[in-house]
Amino acid sequence: MELDFPFIWAALIAFAVLAYVVLDGFDLGIGVLFPLLPGKHDRDVAMNSVAPVWDGNETWLVLGGGGLFAVFPLAYATILPALYAPIIAMLIGLIFRGVSFEFRWRTTRGRFLWDWGFASGSFLATFAQGIALGALVQGIEVVDRQYAGGWWDWLTPFSLLTGLGLVCGYALLGATWLVMKSEGDLQHRARRFAWASGIATLAFVAAVSLATPFLNPKFLERWFAWPTMIFSLVVPALVAVCAWGLFRGLSEQRTAQPFLASLGLFVLCYAGIGISFYPYMVPPSVTIWQAAAPDSSLRFLLVGAAVLIPVILAYTGYAYWVFRGKVDPSKGYH
Amino acid sequence: MMPEFPDAVVLARVQFAFTISAHIIFPAFSIGLASYLAVLEGLWLWTRDESYLKIFQYWKVIFAVVFGMGVVSGIVMSYQFGTNWSVFSDRTGPILGPLMGYEVLSAFFLEAGFLGVMLFGLNRVGPKLHFLATLMVAVGTLISAFWILSVNSWMQTPAGFAINEVGQFVPVDWWAIVFNPSFPYRLVHMVLAAYLTTAFVVGGVGAWHLLRDRRDRGARIMFSMAMWMALIVAPLQVIAGDFHGLNTLEHQPAKVAAMEGHYETRKGAPLILFGLPDDEAEETRHSVEIPKLGSLILTHDWDGEVQGLKAWSKEDRPPAAILFWSFRVMVAIGLAMVGIGLWSAWVRFRGRLHDSVWLQRAAVAMAPSGFLAVLAGWVTTEVGRQPWTVSGLLRTADSASPLDAAAVGASLVAFVVVYFAVFGSGTFYILRLMSKRPEAGIHDEIGPTRAAGITPAPAIDPDRVIRHMK
Repeated sequence: MELDFPFIWAALIAFAVLAYVVLDGFDLGIGVLFPLLPGKHDRDVAMNSVAPVWDGNETWLVLGGGGLFAVFPLAYATILPALYAPIIAMLIGLIFRGVSFEFRWRTTRGRFLWDWGFASGSFLATFAQGIALGALVQGIEVVDRQYAGGWWDWLTPFSLLTGLGLVCGYALLGATWLVMKSEGDLQHRARRFAWASGIATLAFVAAVSLATPFLNPKFLERWFAWPTMIFSLVVPALVAVCAWGLFRGLSEQRTAQPFLASLGLFVLCYAGIGISFYPYMVPPSVTIWQAAAPDSSLRFLLVGAAVLIPVILAYTGYAYWVFRGKVDPSKGYH
Repeated sequence: MMPEFPDAVVLARVQFAFTISAHIIFPAFSIGLASYLAVLEGLWLWTRDESYLKIFQYWKVIFAVVFGMGVVSGIVMSYQFGTNWSVFSDRTGPILGPLMGYEVLSAFFLEAGFLGVMLFGLNRVGPKLHFLATLMVAVGTLISAFWILSVNSWMQTPAGFAINEVGQFVPVDWWAIVFNPSFPYRLVHMVLAAYLTTAFVVGGVGAWHLLRDRRDRGARIMFSMAMWMALIVAPLQVIAGDFHGLNTLEHQPAKVAAMEGHYETRKGAPLILFGLPDDEAEETRHSVEIPKLGSLILTHDWDGEVQGLKAWSKEDRPPAAILFWSFRVMVAIGLAMVGIGLWSAWVRFRGRLHDSVWLQRAAVAMAPSGFLAVLAGWVTTEVGRQPWTVSGLLRTADSASPLDAAAVGASLVAFVVVYFAVFGSGTFYILRLMSKRPEAGIHDEIGPTRAAGITPAPAIDPDRVIRHMK
């Protein structure tokens, strides 16, 4: 039997990136909301709610990047130079927020510095990721296996729109995560953040969705030609269901439902981008099969991935299970 | 022709050298420290001696800070291949990509997944599962070393590949790729280096506290364990280094010629102890030599032939002056480590290990030596691979992204500023943690990693008190 390895790997990379977006999404979102949390207590709880898992969450980003290098080297070698400035900005943002998890507890006088580093680093990383997403969707010019565009091509009104949209989206994930993990005052506050960021996120989703089909005639065709037009009906309908679940969950003071509904929103938006994209790896010219490494590379890594990814999911699930429930600082969480 | 302003390739090389040097400091420490933590926790579970738990908690906090810095500086590396070295990435991706993919899947997730449990979970999972988490973190660091050193070694001594119609290196024999000729030597050399680096940091910290209070039980245990490591591992490292050098002579003779400062190919070549290699004049000036010893060391024969750099055309040679000196720095530190090990064995034999003030002072002075040796060693092997990224096959100058010098320069400046600010702060916090007495524990520090299992009472948080008063 001939397996279509590039297709399988495209699906796996897509899964890794989605896992990254939703997992690191909520802990970056905590960082985005950090300046809005007054006082040390709320900030301690917010940070501690993600401290044991953030590193594992971020590893999905390394899998996305490293995986792209392994299985779609041409995509890795053209996307990253094309998005040079946003990628560097993202890395620097991730440095500041990553070290803040430890540094913040190592100093009293300097704590405000790392509170600030955590917040601004999270914002910068999120905004840069959103810009990178927008720049990728609008297309990257590739000639002779190299990026052939200009250094500011990534900066457009559309990429700024996706950048701000992602900030709101991660803030929504962070806020609903906090609703689930906190109590009392903080939970009340998180619910208000969730309302605001939920409405803003939906507005951005609508704006991006309306703009996307007009970036590229192929996208337009995909969304408005039969039979793929079915997606144009199904995806927005499911988005509406998730939005209803989110706001109803918030007003009925449910704990987990708003977070799950927000995850649903992310999965749907992601699927929407995937529908526009397929079969391109680097739109508008490089397809999955053109970007792929030879089958011998894909097969070699697939053997390991088939065994290791389920194992990873199992022990990651275990780690989340160990730290389940509300963060209760009075009981000495640590 | 020399350009007036550094071109993009030079800037990309400076950026890579800077970010990888900053990064390697952290894994060099965390690989050793993770294993040390596993040993400490194992000893605690086995003997139930609370001192081991206290030392474990002491180093666990430091590990958390080091590991955090290693993670964030490592993410930069995993993206830098693409941003700055896109041609290299496209050409080598089919071979090196899957190796790094395995590193992520088998090591990074393992470390990250169990790190949270190790740092925060002792109360939640109990000692045995917690020990398992600590072991997984330690094993993860070693698996990570396995894959990344395989990647680096393949760039030094490529094997098991073919080249396809678009110029990519493609796999033919994965076993030959992973276990390429220099890999086993480099892996052993680096893991031992990580263990020695950690041993000398632990020994230095133990010695520092012994000099203040030689009854401090925690400091005594640390110092004693570290000195055993110096005694046993430092000589092993010298042997491993010798094997690695012979392997390099076989596969990358130009690198060895530059390390030794040899320009002429000679039989019965001298060992040049010191000198000033001059690539322009093609000679090592002001050299201090021991006749014939060079041939003896490299070929194990007094009259063996040793190739000099002139055997290669000028554009294929690594820069000799850098290699010559970085190699000597590494060797000198290695020999000093052996010396400390022997000295400690002598005073231990006389029953005065914890009273020997001069040994302890020397150990404090040697505390950062492992980092220097690791950096010097990597400079030797990486600069020694020049002017190639893949030895003999892909030139560094042909590997870079088609970037503007301004873009690379700007990101370089950003990285330098951010690294000094962030990792400078981190180093300061680590030194402050190390200045606390081991046996006293770390009760006066507030923090997430402080008190798993030994918290006497929850810390009182002023914000909460105020809120309750409202």
